[in-house]
Amino acid sequence: MDKFRMIFQFFQSNQESFMNGICGIMALASTQMYSAFDFNCPCLPHYNLAYGLGILLVPPLILFLLGFVLNNNISMLAEEWRRPQGQRGKDPAVLRYMFCSMAQRAMIAPAVWVSVTLLDGKCITCAFCTWVPVESLGNASHPRLSQGEIQRILAQIPCKEIYSGQQLIANEVVVRYLRCISQALGWCFVLLMTTLAFLVRSLRPCFSQAAFLKSRYWSHYIDIERKLFDETCAEHARSFAKVCIQQFFESMSTDLVAAHCHLPRKAPVDAGEDTEKLLGITDQGTMNMALKSWHRCKPPLHLHPRALPTGNGWAGQGQAPPHPSTPRRETAAYYSCV
Amino acid sequence: MDRFRMIFQYFQSNSESVMNGICGLLALASVKMYTSFDFSCPCLPLYNMAYGLGIMFIPPIILFLCGLILNRQSLVMLEEWRRPPGCRKKDLAVIRYMCSSIMQRAMVAPVVWIIVTLLDGKCLICAFSGSVDPKKFVGFANVSIVQGQQLLAKVPCKDDELMRNNTSRKAVSRYLRCWSQALGWSILLILIIAAFLARWLRPCFNQATLLQARHWSNYIDIEQKIFEETCCEHSRLFAHKCILHFFESMQQEIKLHSFSLPREREGAEGEEDLLRGITDQDQVNKLLKTWYYEKPPLDVS
Repeated sequence: MDKFRMIFQFFQSNQESFMNGICGIMALASTQMYSAFDFNCPCLPHYNLAYGLGILLVPPLILFLLGFVLNNNISMLAEEWRRPQGQRGKDPAVLRYMFCSMAQRAMIAPAVWVSVTLLDGKCITCAFCTWVPVESLGNASHPRLSQGEIQRILAQIPCKEIYSGQQLIANEVVVRYLRCISQALGWCFVLLMTTLAFLVRSLRPCFSQAAFLKSRYWSHYIDIERKLFDETCAEHARSFAKVCIQQFFESMSTDLVAAHCHLPRKAPVDAGEDTEKLLGITDQGTMNMALKSWHRCKPPLHLHPRALPTGNGWAGQGQAPPHPSTPRRETAAYYSCV
Repeated sequence: MDRFRMIFQYFQSNSESVMNGICGLLALASVKMYTSFDFSCPCLPLYNMAYGLGIMFIPPIILFLCGLILNRQSLVMLEEWRRPPGCRKKDLAVIRYMCSSIMQRAMVAPVVWIIVTLLDGKCLICAFSGSVDPKKFVGFANVSIVQGQQLLAKVPCKDDELMRNNTSRKAVSRYLRCWSQALGWSILLILIIAAFLARWLRPCFNQATLLQARHWSNYIDIEQKIFEETCCEHSRLFAHKCILHFFESMQQEIKLHSFSLPREREGAEGEEDLLRGITDQDQVNKLLKTWYYEKPPLDVS
């Protein structure tokens, strides 16, 4: 149980780890999709190229965009990009970091699809069967055929059962030839992708590592801040609803007492705790204003000393803590469910 | 047990997560339904198109309606839409937000069905085998029109005597399947681009209004749940009081009409209180009969 909770919390704690998990699942899903997909070459002269290249390129594009759509950070990035400046400056380095990290993760599933497709060979065989050099691969003695006729016969190569050009050029020869080229391309693609990934990872610390650490920290901070804001709003809505309904029942009971009709009184709940949780916001207009100003004018990243909880040694000194990790500790003390 | 409770609480904490979970389950169910459904094309000229298009479009409508039914928020939204304003104004932005989120989630399973159908190809082959141009395919080019239609209608049936090992049948089948798969991938691409643009461009328009609408729609949902819980608690207390009154009145009646009162035994007062003066079979039977024939009034003052 504890182990499970630990794993769960680990993934939840960091949006990046969560996204790594999703990225792995999507890569597995893309291989599964490829094996479940029933590849069906049309074996007609112009359709082959369109179909083959379509299956090679359209699903990777879909998987790439899906990687963005499933990533919650995309709306966070767009929000951070479009928000008014207010009291908090915008750092383009943070935005660039967020975008790069999303794009890198989204590229994995398409790369897996393209590699699997090339290594399998069916797509390239279907797309390029009409481009094979008949003179070098074909049989020397074949009747003179028009170009269109040759194209039509070559287009049937992927469909063994209807292939009628065995005298022109052997089916197995062409299939082996194209598959060899396809697999070579596939392995080169995998090698290229892996080399790029290796270079990106190993050369990154050589260039502005300090700026990179800063961007990574603040992008995590923005993510955590947004989650905590959502949790605080949900907690507030719950307390608001409880007090609202309580007051509704009390007013009903008062009305009924006035009309000489009694309802059993509910045991008094701990009103103090709920009222405190309302954080001074007790009506719709104030809540709307709070939400609007959260978007229009985010507070500066600087906590006032009097806002800090007593007992942790900072409040007595009367100066703002230089270390930015204090905000987390402060909000952690706010409510107990974090 | 704890693990389930934690997962349950995680999903319950946010009604959006619950809805996402239901939406995902429906999508999986639609894939499973398609794979277990035994597609059987009639291979007759007019029936093919009706069957093929019917299988492609009617289950999605059913799945869409299921998505609306299973979503608790649709009831909450309808209630919010139809209630009289009273002391609380109605915010149309909240209702619009709830409506659009319900529709988006309900559309996922039907779209999955349609795309799986198109990528598989059987429906389109069945529906449109009679509509291809017979001149393009060698085996069907040199027959009369009526016979051509009949033959083309039999293309989806591989095991038919006329069609077994017929290369032209395979060519037509492959041609239609290629179109079907191209259509499926194109629709999927368009939908993903639309979803991507919606997610990317959403914060550029009215982000503050969106935050408000989302917060208040969540609030309405929580409020409804808490109201139901409060009513349950209230009715429990009410029922408790009501039944206590009933037992007391029965006890008084028995005291009035019975000559043999139960003796108070020393040291068993606690049990006496629980038995409330009803200590033998006849009294219990009378109590049960009265409970059925003459329920007490709903008034515990």
